[in-house]
This record gives sequence, C-alpha cells and structure tokens, in this order.
Amino acid sequence: MIDKSRIQYLEQLWSRTHFLLGDEACAYGAIYAGCDFFAGYPITPASEVAELLAAELPKAGGLCVQMEDELASIGAIIGASWTGARVMTATSGPGFSLMQENIGYAIMTETPCVIVDVQRSGPSTGQATKPAQGDVMQARWGTHGDHEIMAFAPSSAQECFDLMFDCFDLADIYRTPVIMLMDGEIGHIRESVTMLEPSTVKRASRKKAEPGEDLFGGPELVPGVMHYGEGASIHVTGSTHLPNGMRDVTTPRVHDELVRRLYRKIDENREKIIRVETDISTGGNARIGVISYGATARPAYGAVKAARAEGRDVDFLRLITVWPFAREQVTDFARNLDFILVPEMNLGQISREIQRFADCEVISVSKIGGVPHSIDEIYQAIMEAMR
Amino acid sequence: MTEPRHRLMGYVREEIMPHRFCAGCGCGTVLNVFVNAVDELAMDPTRMVCVSGIGCSAWIPSPYFRSDTLHTTHGRPIAYATGVKIMRPDLNVVVIAGDGDIAGIGGNHLIHAARRNIDLSVLMVNNMIYGMTGGQVAPTTPLGVKTSTTPHRNIEPPFKVAEVVAAAGASYVARWTTYHVFQLKKAMQRAMTKKGFSFIEIVSQCPENYGRRIGLKTGAELLRKIKEQSVRVKKAQEMSEEELQHKIVVGELCDLDRPEFVTQLHEVTKEQVESFSLENAS
Amino acid sequence: MIVRFVGFGGQGIVLSSYILGLSAVLDGKRVVQNQSYGSESRGGECRGDVIISDQEIYELEPTGHDVLVAMTQPGYEKLVVSLKPEGTLIVDSDLVIPDAGLSPPGIRTYSIRATELASKKFGRKIVANMVILGYMNSLLSLVTVESLEKVISQSVPDGTQELNVKAMLEGIQLAMKDS
Repeated sequence: MIDKSRIQYLEQLWSRTHFLLGDEACAYGAIYAGCDFFAGYPITPASEVAELLAAELPKAGGLCVQMEDELASIGAIIGASWTGARVMTATSGPGFSLMQENIGYAIMTETPCVIVDVQRSGPSTGQATKPAQGDVMQARWGTHGDHEIMAFAPSSAQECFDLMFDCFDLADIYRTPVIMLMDGEIGHIRESVTMLEPSTVKRASRKKAEPGEDLFGGPELVPGVMHYGEGASIHVTGSTHLPNGMRDVTTPRVHDELVRRLYRKIDENREKIIRVETDISTGGNARIGVISYGATARPAYGAVKAARAEGRDVDFLRLITVWPFAREQVTDFARNLDFILVPEMNLGQISREIQRFADCEVISVSKIGGVPHSIDEIYQAIMEAMR
Repeated sequence: MTEPRHRLMGYVREEIMPHRFCAGCGCGTVLNVFVNAVDELAMDPTRMVCVSGIGCSAWIPSPYFRSDTLHTTHGRPIAYATGVKIMRPDLNVVVIAGDGDIAGIGGNHLIHAARRNIDLSVLMVNNMIYGMTGGQVAPTTPLGVKTSTTPHRNIEPPFKVAEVVAAAGASYVARWTTYHVFQLKKAMQRAMTKKGFSFIEIVSQCPENYGRRIGLKTGAELLRKIKEQSVRVKKAQEMSEEELQHKIVVGELCDLDRPEFVTQLHEVTKEQVESFSLENAS
Repeated sequence: MIVRFVGFGGQGIVLSSYILGLSAVLDGKRVVQNQSYGSESRGGECRGDVIISDQEIYELEPTGHDVLVAMTQPGYEKLVVSLKPEGTLIVDSDLVIPDAGLSPPGIRTYSIRATELASKKFGRKIVANMVILGYMNSLLSLVTVESLEKVISQSVPDGTQELNVKAMLEGIQLAMKDS
C-alpha cells in the first residue's frame, strides 16, 4: 500500500531530468522504494544521502533524523523496523565498523533494514575523501558469529537508484539486513538517472504471521512477522531464542537450528537473490576473463572493450550482488578460461573469493591509494596475462 | 490444592516464572512496583513497548513483562526505543535497564535523548556494580569500593546520573530506591504519563555482587543501608558537599514542560507534506 | 570530450561543471561529472570535471583532459600538465598568467578577461564563470545554447537567472569577436 503523500511526491519527481550524484540517486531510490524512516550520522562520502533524505523524505511523508552516532542510527532503524516501517541508514567505513554489532542483532532478530555503506579508503580514518572497496569482507564478516548477508554493489548513479528497490524488497522478503555496498567513486559521480512512473512501482512486503504463530521459527525458512502495537506481545532478543522468541541460550540444538536457518534462508535462495551481468566475447574463444564490481567495473569493462577492439577475445562478468557470492556463476564463467583478472580497489578481497570457485588462474589487479583504476592499467594487465 | 493466582499475574509472562533474579535482588521489587504502577494507571500493556539492553536489570521487562519487548544490544536501548517512538508515537515506550547499560556504555544516547526531550520513560536501575558479569566496577560505584576490577579500591567518583539527565534537558527526573516503593510507583506513573523525556534513577541492591563486597551479606542489610543513606532533595539542599558524600539524594529533581521531540518531528514532516502539496497543486 | 574546471572555492567552479554536464544530458549525451569534495575542497583548490560522450563512459577519473579552464594560478600550474596534446586551455587573464615553459607544447591557449568583464559590464565578479562557460562553448560547441540557457536558469539562485544567462551570452559574443 503506497501512501498518498508518497505518490503525490513521486508524481512530480519522476518525469524530470535527473543529473544526480550516486549518493543522491540512492536517496531518491530509497524514497521510491518506500523508505519510511531514515536515521544517520554525517560522514564523508555518505553525507549526501542523509542530506538529500533530510530535505526530500519529509515531503513524501517519511521521517528523517540525525542521531548522535552510528550506533544510535542503526539502533533507531532496527527499533523502527519492528513497527512495520521500511527503514534505512547510510554511512562509510568508520561508521560501518561502529554498526557491526547491531547488524548482527538485525540478522539474529530477523529485522528488515537497509544499510548503505559508501566505502572510503581505510583502515581507520584513512583517506576520508577517497574511494575504495575495502569493506567487502567487512560487509560479509564484520559482525561476529556465523551468518549470511546480502550486499549489492552499484556501478552507476542509475544503479544506485535501481538497486534500492532490491535492497528494500529483499530485506522484507527474507527478514534480514541488506547492505548497499557503494563506493566513494560511484557515490560522488554525477550522472543522468531515469526514474519510473510511480504507478508502475511494485513493492514486496513482509509475510504476516497469523495470530498465535511463531515469529522466529517454524516450518518456513522465513517466518511471518507481526509488529509492535498489534497485541502480539512480541519478544525480540539478540540472544539465542526459541521459535516463539523466548530466550534459550543453553540448548545446543536451539542455537544450531536457529543459526543454520538464518544461514539457509539466504543461501538456499541465492538463485533468486544473485544478479550478475556477463558479456561473453563474440568469438567464443576467450581464454581470459575479467570479473569486477562497483566503480571498478566501469574501467574494467572499458579495458575489455579496448582489448576486443584489438581483436582479443576477453570475457567479462560484473557482480551486482556481492553477497551471497555468485559461486555457480563464477564457476560457469571460469569453465573455459585460463585466467581471470580481478580489478578491485582493495588488496584482493573478492579475488580470493573467486579463487575458491574458479577452476583457472585468478590474477588480482588490486589498487589502493584513492584513485580508481584507469582503463589503461587494466588493459595492460590483460595484455600482460595474455603474454 | 492449587495456589491462588496473584491478581497481577496477567501482566507477567507466567509461563516462564519463577524469575531468575538472585535472592534479595532489587530487580524483583522494581518489576513488582512497575506492574502495580501500570495496573493502577489502567494502562493497556498491548499499547506499550518495553525496551531493555544487556544486564540483570534488562531482564525486568524482557522476558518478564508481558508487552511487546525489545531486548537490544548492550547500551543501545534508548537508541532503539527512539526509532520505535518516532514511528509509533501512540505507543507508550518504556526503557528499563541498568546503570552500566544506560550510563556506562550507552551514556551518549542518554544525554542526547534527554537533550531532544523525546517522549520516552527511562527507568535506570542503579545497583552500583556490573552484576551479571560478576561484580566489576561501574560508573556508579562509590569511591573506595573494592570490586573485581578495582581490587585495591575504586578511585573514580561515581556518576550523578539523575542530575546529569536533568541538566541535559529532560522533562521529568527523579531518584528513588527500592526501599521507597510507594514513592517509586508514583514517580513511575508520573514518568509514563508525562510528555517528554522522563528519567528515574532507581537505586537498587545487588547483594550477590555488590553487597558482599562492602560487607553486607543479604539483600535486607543492603536495602537497610540504602534507606539510611537516603536524603530528600529538599533536605539535601541545606547540606554541604561533604555531608552528602555518602548520601543518596531522593525525590524529584525536575518536572517541567518542554517541547517534545517526536511531536515536533511529525509537525515538521506534516508541514513539508502540506506545503509540497500546495506548491504542486498550482 | 573531457573538460576540467579548476579554481578556488566560491568562484562557481563546481557549478560551472554541473551546468555544462546537465546541458549535455539535455542534449542527449552520456555524461559523468565529478568534483573535489569535503576537506580537500574547503578553502583551497576546487575542481570540477565533465566527461561528455556519445558512447557509454567507462573511465570515471580520466587522467588526461581535452579542455582545462583555470581560474587560479596554482590550479593552472598544477593541472596544465594533464592537458592532452592539442588540448585547449582557457584562463581568466585577470587571475592566471600562462607560462610557456609550463604549458605542454601544441595546446591552444585562450586568455580572456572574464573577471574584469563581469565586474565592468554586470557589476558582479561572481558571474565570470558564466562568461567563461559561454566563451568555451562558443569555441568548442560542446552543448546547445538552448540547453545552457535552460540549465543556468534552473541552477542559479532566484533573481540572478537573467544576470547569469546574460553573462554567458556575453562570453559567446567575446568568442565570436576573438575568432
């Protein structure tokens, strides 16, 4: 059910020409996707997400608050999610680090929420204004304990807008936090963005539980949910709990069943979650492939095109979904290849993951320092590998 | 023969009773007073959300009180409660948690919630120690006390939490103890019906991990000491800093009408929707 | 076509790159605009890049530029080396003195008195960037004048639309005189 003030807002928004920062496109995407509540804390290069939402979200009837820190920001959205609201926060590396414990809480309590991380160069304060892709493994394993996670990496301002629909829908469908894993490059470039006619927007919703049904377990991988104020006396806890939500922190089977289910509900649905884009060279004789994601996928694809223009067959795969990892897709992609090059703005975080699933040599084309790869750098790496 | 059912049993999650608090612990008293306060106000528990963090006192509402509950990460209940209240201003949102949770690890959220004057009721149970983890020093532990992490003596002055919250901008602040059950009940009722940020510091006894460290072996002995240390706000005003050093100042610290955060947030949002609607109608 | 604007904060450098970028979008081009941010943009150097193409854009942070618009001496000195051979350098001659030893050989240099003109003609130094924008566009035909006018009108503060458009048109006039 899309609220009247939201429709009215979108009606005047969509048909205009939009020339937006990736951060702004992400914020508009959130408004489109039905974000009811945003809580955040200023941080470069993610502040523009909060600034745009602070200005625009209230016009669409949504609520926006700047909290005292990132712990409070994610705490507030988790609390708000239990009222049935679509919620989101946005941050960058240092704030993302602070949020990790509470991301684990959202996983454990099956609380839908969207966390935007506009990655900057770390560790620590690092190069605050420079882009990086160094939080890929933090997104995967930043919170303690075993868990699955979803993360998406946009490669254009348009995709910053488009992927917000996926983030909010998947958070609701699977009752889990979803990470929009942007980078400072994509967040801070300005590109043209096309928006949808509001009446064509479809939104998924959380499956509602019947009164009396368990909210934290049961026969389905994703249990139905009820919300605060509905008379269900919901007991939400980050401690290990029974299907009815009550704490049981000592029975091994209870913990085993809960944590495995939380893992399985994402892992076993990865076919529905994972999105990749492939461009297989027309010659069909490629021995070399390139896999990339986020901002780096742009020069990577440019380099693939440049190599093809020289008559070289090079295959290309772009990970749109970074987590859960597209293992089948990568295995397929690698099948007839001798080499896969993996350009990324870190010291090889995804390249190691690709190694696990690709039956060929994987070459990391890593770059750090705050300047993205140029087409030429990746092109040279392709030529080097071909030698 | 079945035991007669207590008239207030409907307010608690009976199926998990008896509770797990130690013998002589003040948490049971706080739960008892809270349930009585809610009952007398005829508040509907299905219109309440109780939020707590990590620690013994956090167990008072979760799992024991039968309402919607949110048992958060350590230190964050006020932050989580903020999100609940913003989206559901019609629900009564109460935070019940310990001094370590609220004034230690979560201290920043406490002062900022008070500054915003958000309509939450925070009941901070102050047992002056980290009880659940085994008796480590707390930001509220009195000077000189030997704890498991200040084995020689505590050299850090305790936090005057209620005074800090009053200074930060809360609408209603009081301090009572588990001895002053009737005053405490009235204060809880005031807190839960008062618009704005309400805060009650409830000085409580932890015989297991605090009392025995200061030579008081039972809950009763510790409670007696708390009673003896208590001084009313009015009387305290005539006492010197020195005279007050080992005292617990009880009573209301403030009861003011200040603009409330969530109401204003919704007002601003409504204004935006309306002016947007007007601009785009023409 | 890759255009880089460089200057100090407050000269409308980022705004110029935004206006050029959005105008090209309206003309149906692919555009990526990029600018300096945060602590690196405060008080000191400020830059804005615009990449305009008929094809998809893969290089987000190009190393070489076709056009450099410099409105400060240090900005010119630092960035002129990244101009491509046969690139175009446009400077505000009131603010930048090009150095033949520094500029790469083969580039075309245009020194225009934008700040003086803006100040004399419009009484507002601030519109120097619009003069340059019009001048550059007339020289290189990057975007249509209609788009430029439209975007300027919707991007500058209320009440200054006419002034800014006029300053841009003045730049076009100047370029026509020069050629």
